[in-house]
Amino acid sequence: MQTKEFLKRLSEASGVSGYESGVREIVREGFSPYSDEIRVDTMGNLIALKRGETGPGLPRRSIMLAGHMDEIGLLVTQLEKGFLRFTTVGGFDLRVLPGQEVVVHGRRELPGIIGMRPPHVVSAEEREKTIPLEQMLIDVGLAEEELDQWVRIGDVVSVERQFTELSGELVAGKGFDDRVAVVCIAACLRHLTTLKHTWDVYAVATVQEETGLKGALTSTFGLAPDIGIAIDVGHGNMLGVSEVDTVDVGRGPAIGLGPNIHPAMYARLVEVARTNEIAYQVDPIPGASGTDAWAMQVTREGIPTALVSIPLRYMHTSVETLALKDLERVGRLLALFIAGLDEAFAQGLGLGPQA
Amino acid sequence: MLLRQLSEAFGVSGHEGAVRQLIVDAIKDVVHEYRVDTLGNLIALKRGNGVARKVLVAAHMDEVGLMIVRVEKEGSLRFRPVGGIDPRVLLAKKVLIGDKKVPGVIGVKPIHLLEPRARQQVMPIEELSIDIGASSKEEAEKLVQVGDYAAFDVSFGELGGALRTVKGKAFDDRAGCAVLIDLLQDDYPFDFYAVFTVQEEVGLRGARVAAYSVAPDLAIVLEGTICDDSPKKRDVSPTTVLGAGPAITVMDRSVISDRRLVDLLLTTAQRHNIPYQFKQPGMGGTDAGAIHLARGGIPSVVVAVPSRYIHSPVALLSLNDLDNTTRLVRRMLRQVHELDLDRA
Repeated sequence: MQTKEFLKRLSEASGVSGYESGVREIVREGFSPYSDEIRVDTMGNLIALKRGETGPGLPRRSIMLAGHMDEIGLLVTQLEKGFLRFTTVGGFDLRVLPGQEVVVHGRRELPGIIGMRPPHVVSAEEREKTIPLEQMLIDVGLAEEELDQWVRIGDVVSVERQFTELSGELVAGKGFDDRVAVVCIAACLRHLTTLKHTWDVYAVATVQEETGLKGALTSTFGLAPDIGIAIDVGHGNMLGVSEVDTVDVGRGPAIGLGPNIHPAMYARLVEVARTNEIAYQVDPIPGASGTDAWAMQVTREGIPTALVSIPLRYMHTSVETLALKDLERVGRLLALFIAGLDEAFAQGLGLGPQA
Repeated sequence: MLLRQLSEAFGVSGHEGAVRQLIVDAIKDVVHEYRVDTLGNLIALKRGNGVARKVLVAAHMDEVGLMIVRVEKEGSLRFRPVGGIDPRVLLAKKVLIGDKKVPGVIGVKPIHLLEPRARQQVMPIEELSIDIGASSKEEAEKLVQVGDYAAFDVSFGELGGALRTVKGKAFDDRAGCAVLIDLLQDDYPFDFYAVFTVQEEVGLRGARVAAYSVAPDLAIVLEGTICDDSPKKRDVSPTTVLGAGPAITVMDRSVISDRRLVDLLLTTAQRHNIPYQFKQPGMGGTDAGAIHLARGGIPSVVVAVPSRYIHSPVALLSLNDLDNTTRLVRRMLRQVHELDLDRA
């Protein structure tokens, strides 16, 4: 599948945290041509294995690549006079919701609108205030007596946004955080089909990242990889935000650096990028990375972990924006990093022999 | 469905050409003549069979939107609203800019980088910008110019159900346009002037000059109007209720409807069992505000299709209401020439 087409399908699919089954099947399609095995674990993580060609007498090593396939969304809390009240799943800036189209995943999929009262009826005083969650309603256009038939409390609601191509090979859409990582991991696996690698590669599309890195926690435990790399999105440069807080969209993968990242992993990623002339950016992260890397690092007895981020603007909105050319770079960087993994690197990290 | 095309057409106030073309194509075979006046109003005439009365029925083609006012050196576009838009509805929305329909998104600083206090603050429109993917002023100006209009990028859709609900942009007033186009399919004994106006959203500009030049005996304005019927803590009027039928205006901020026309609508509705409702008096303004004061005064009334969330990217209406609005006005028009408009 073409990179752009794959991202479009993933982006437009629905997969709110805890309800990732819809998007999971698309991920499976993307991973399966390059994988030896694919399975889904208890939590719903999709795990693809691409076996390495281990040299004789050497321990079997593995690397886990994690990108989360869940997206932030909403959940119905109440039915009221033909409208739906809701709460959030994951971190929303509530200010983006008025006027947003959604899909209510009831007994059938119902398109809906988070309605915005017209300016004609809103007082000047009200207009100065943001709209609290309690005053927002989803409208699916059904009469009160019809609504019960289709929607129940607890139904999830996903944000609706068609994938959009902007100029300069930039694209905008929802759920790029973190479906774009899935695209990059698939690109990595594809590259690996033309490279020799000795380590096993677990490509994991994780669940429930947005509600607390949960899928990464359990899948890392289950796989017990020697090392892990989380692929996520990093704040891209945008008007009104300090450059200190961002990386540049279109200037290549951002390689994380900080307490969440094993220094030797960081150094090797940078070295691979330099050697192969892949544009990259240094992304200093002084504390919690807020990504699956945070969970991976402290799994079992601790796992050397790295973080590679795709620069992305307007994170956690329906118009997340990124440069397509960064995706291929991430895929190549990961593949070349993996192809270069050997026993010496494992020993350098102080990894013991695998059981 | 013509409403779909009307809704998806691009026609921010002052730039209604695409909507006008769509309407010309839809009516040119059923009217005797049509012209476009100097402001851009489309004025179509369907002659009667000799009854000496001129009836003007109006609907506005324009919609609220944005105008590009500056291209920043980083390639982002600054904009200002055209017509009444609450800036709180703009964050993270998609727009199409100019006749080339260049796609852009209204960016938002991510929640992760916001102080908790900032999440409680309304972003003024002056601080918002549109990202079209350009990384410099030069790149952006290859696609977009200052002064270009932008409209919300929203597709029409059918939500269905008993109310036959549909969603889309610009139902204010493409709903009125759809009703007016439908009314033109019939023949009338009087001269029927169908006027599709411009610039309603920036001050009823088109209607004013069109009413002057047509100089009708009476006017009916068709609207897609406020419907604020969602549940609220305070018991306030919903203005209109979705599915409760055409909304008849007795009085709004711009006009006191001619009572004789209101009464004719009411008796017509009752006689033909057409549901109707009164729009909450005092809310909003329409082209009738300009028309009823044209020349020496023109008896006018407003009939509207209730539409939730007007002036936001995506609105919603009931096709039942739309059909009933057409039915009501069509029936009323069959008798309107018999109405005695003398004050003597």
